[in-house]
Amino acid sequence: MRERTLITPQSVPSLPSHIRLQFDDLRQKWVVLAPERVLWPDDVSVDILKKCDGAGSTDEIIERLAKDYNADRNVIETDVIEFLQDWSDKRLLEVHS
Amino acid sequence: MPAPGPPIGMLAELTHRCPLQCPYCSNPVELMKANREIDTDGWISVFDQAADLGVLQVHLSGGEPTLRRDLDDIISCLSARAVYTNLITAGVNLSEKRIAALVNAGLDHVQLSIQGATADVTELIGKYKNGFASKLETARLVREAGLPLTLNAPIHRHNIHQMRQFVDLALELDADRLEIANVQYYGWAYLNRSTLMPDLADVKEQVEIVETARAELKGILNIDFVTPDYYADYPKPCMGGWAQDAFVIIPDGTVLPCHAAQTISSLEFDNVTDRPLADIWENSSALEAYRGFEWMAEPCRSCPRKELDHGGCRCQAFAVTGDAAQTDPACILSPHHGELRQIAEAAVAQEPGEFNYRRIS
Repeated sequence: MRERTLITPQSVPSLPSHIRLQFDDLRQKWVVLAPERVLWPDDVSVDILKKCDGAGSTDEIIERLAKDYNADRNVIETDVIEFLQDWSDKRLLEVHS
Repeated sequence: MPAPGPPIGMLAELTHRCPLQCPYCSNPVELMKANREIDTDGWISVFDQAADLGVLQVHLSGGEPTLRRDLDDIISCLSARAVYTNLITAGVNLSEKRIAALVNAGLDHVQLSIQGATADVTELIGKYKNGFASKLETARLVREAGLPLTLNAPIHRHNIHQMRQFVDLALELDADRLEIANVQYYGWAYLNRSTLMPDLADVKEQVEIVETARAELKGILNIDFVTPDYYADYPKPCMGGWAQDAFVIIPDGTVLPCHAAQTISSLEFDNVTDRPLADIWENSSALEAYRGFEWMAEPCRSCPRKELDHGGCRCQAFAVTGDAAQTDPACILSPHHGELRQIAEAAVAQEPGEFNYRRIS
């Protein structure tokens, strides 16, 4: 049976092929299309999701975000992991460790 | 009234033809024959207009949508417009080859209906021989083809005791989601209400089992729960508000705000073969009728919950009170709220009768 994924700094998250992050020209907003759901992530969430490319680890994603936002990585780490855990729990992200 | 925002979702009932005869079918009691269905070019034009209008997700439903031979063309057209496609199927007539063709066309997701967690209940409700085995095989093929799967289980007194089995089945079939949807009583289900109504003790047990499973399976299986209106305290935000961000098109091209809206006899609907979809979305009298909050009377008008539930379901208000502008009687603030509970209690006090099975007459 499947098990719940717990996000660690080593987890490598990505959007499964059936979860689509796309830009909606009409509304000029990013949108996530998922089974029977449509989500409107805010700007920060979009930045995180774009980095979930199946190559970078959570640790690297945090590092890159800290650089982009000129933020202390210790300050954002918890929030990013929490976000990824939430999206993983909603089955919107898949994770390789 | 300000112009509505662009719609997000669209339910396309491609045909009313179906191999199953479920007595709670959400199609109207007067079903359309095949000769009323709009043709391939008609549907393609509708979907192009829908994508232009802002629709991001299309639910391809029926009847049984796979009975349309042009389903692949329809999916290809939507996929080319980056619209997310969801196939809602009974899953009793799909070969491996057909599923591969749908995947090639760009299908994104499959919702498979399941009438019972066992073969006997599935066949009692759907009236289709070996339906259960076919559905399990379809689920397996869908997953093998790499598509995500939702199982949809409509719930009533004949399968409310199978909650845990539905959950186990969803896990066994590697489904991504399970929808536990208590039957909503209009159309066919309204005709069969006294035979389908569960009792309060079973509903309470159901809620407990679903909540336990949800907590236990967090991150493993998404469980959506549509609670039973007749035992509710507050109504559901039906369709997220009347003609707010979604609409329905039925086989002949008529545009509805929700699939049951034709039960409201005072409404007149428009058809995409007569008017452009954008014009219908913005101006159709049926879509304008209960859009926003203007139409509301008390207790809804001054209620702080109105933004949450939009006054509930117009079809249920009409079915129970005869006036679609009334508060949904599922709400404890409705003067008709007590009637719902009485109807439910009277129904469960009787032995269930014979089903009035869904048939095209």
